[in-house]
Amino acid sequence: MGFEVLLKGNNALRLLGGLGVAMYISMISVVISITLGIILGMLMTLKNPVINAVSRVYLEIVRIMPQMVLLFIVYFGATKILGLNLSAEVSAVIVFSFWGTAEMSDLVRGALTGIPAIQYESSMALGMNRLQTYIHVIIPQIVRRLIPLSINLITRMIKTTSLVMMIGIVEVLKVGQQIIEANRKSSPNAAFGIFATIFILYFLACYPISCLSKYLEKKWEN
Amino acid sequence: MEEILRVENLSKKYEDVDVLDGISLSVKKGEVVVIVGPSGCGKSTFLRCLNGLEDIRDGSVFLGDEKINPNKKNLSKTREKIGMVFQSYDLFPHKTILQNVTLAPIKVKKRKKAEVEEEALKLLDRVGLISKKDNYPRQLSGGQKQRVAIVRALIMHPEVLLFDEVTAALDPEMVREVLDVVLSLAKEGRTMLIVTHEMSFARAVADRVIFLDGGKIVEEGKPTDFFDNPKTDRLKKFLKTFSYEE
Repeated sequence: MGFEVLLKGNNALRLLGGLGVAMYISMISVVISITLGIILGMLMTLKNPVINAVSRVYLEIVRIMPQMVLLFIVYFGATKILGLNLSAEVSAVIVFSFWGTAEMSDLVRGALTGIPAIQYESSMALGMNRLQTYIHVIIPQIVRRLIPLSINLITRMIKTTSLVMMIGIVEVLKVGQQIIEANRKSSPNAAFGIFATIFILYFLACYPISCLSKYLEKKWEN
Repeated sequence: MEEILRVENLSKKYEDVDVLDGISLSVKKGEVVVIVGPSGCGKSTFLRCLNGLEDIRDGSVFLGDEKINPNKKNLSKTREKIGMVFQSYDLFPHKTILQNVTLAPIKVKKRKKAEVEEEALKLLDRVGLISKKDNYPRQLSGGQKQRVAIVRALIMHPEVLLFDEVTAALDPEMVREVLDVVLSLAKEGRTMLIVTHEMSFARAVADRVIFLDGGKIVEEGKPTDFFDNPKTDRLKKFLKTFSYEE
């Protein structure tokens, strides 16, 4: 079946290391995306015409462009034109954050504008000041709406890291290919064993996050 | 009886349209004033001006001796004294019924949790909803939610209660249970301003009825005079829309 290559040398460890690289890139991007996304999303609710125009163009670009094209533009294009010597990892983080920030800001904007005005009014009618209204009424509702959606975004970002091998980052998929290549003669079935293992690795990385999202969604159904 | 709420020459505009046009009104302690009028006559806006949810252009609102609108400074303090129940179900969806009721007294009035909960349970019992204390708003019917909203306003010990069409969004069979609660509050001697479309309820609960049209008080009087012997043509016409007699 091709699983035996995993036991040769330190192949299994190398695969795990590759997964580590993928997780490392996606987690840094997630943290940046969530932080910038929250700020941008809040700015978008201010209804400032300049901010709105810029963010609309930005969101549209992210929606239209395949992530791979963005990766190539940043890694190959920007390095040449701007004379910046970006490493592949930094390029990947920039592209993923560029994408994640757009999606996150749209989620935040949606959650913020989705809170009915009556929630603010009835809190204030009870004598709560603006700060109390936000802390006890508005923010808890926003967080409840936002967390399941942003967890979904996180799993998508982890999956999409498989693209970064295209700009030379040795992540789990690339490591897998290297192992298959190296063992072509001794284990001709290695392709199945390795890719099945990678499938399981991605599953193990994403499934708990996905479960957490489902659990929170259920818990906060109201 | 002493005066508790005084409105002097209150005016408000939305983009050049006079929504409220020089309204003056004095409400005595314990009085129940019902405001009726066609949709868009400004009756909801009027209530919202009384607790500062709307800015006003001219005139002023006094609670006791204190000017409360226009007054930016002590708005939250004022709102503690004026309870309001809205048309739409406005409970906090992420909190249980008990938490909905106890949130403001604990956070705003800084009262002790145990003491507030005890009072909340008494009030919930009074409106027949003590068994729902640990449920979430989504698990309640519209009428039950409105009764909770009334309790949530009551526990702040307001000096004046405002009801803004509290039954307008309810299924007909749930209107009664909510109005019964309001009626029992009236009998207790609470000061209330009620905007409603339920004319028979207005007759039963009101000490005084006000007909608002075009942002002005067109006619006011005791319920018997108001409904049985309306003086102005506009009120006669308005009341006619509620009956099917020729």
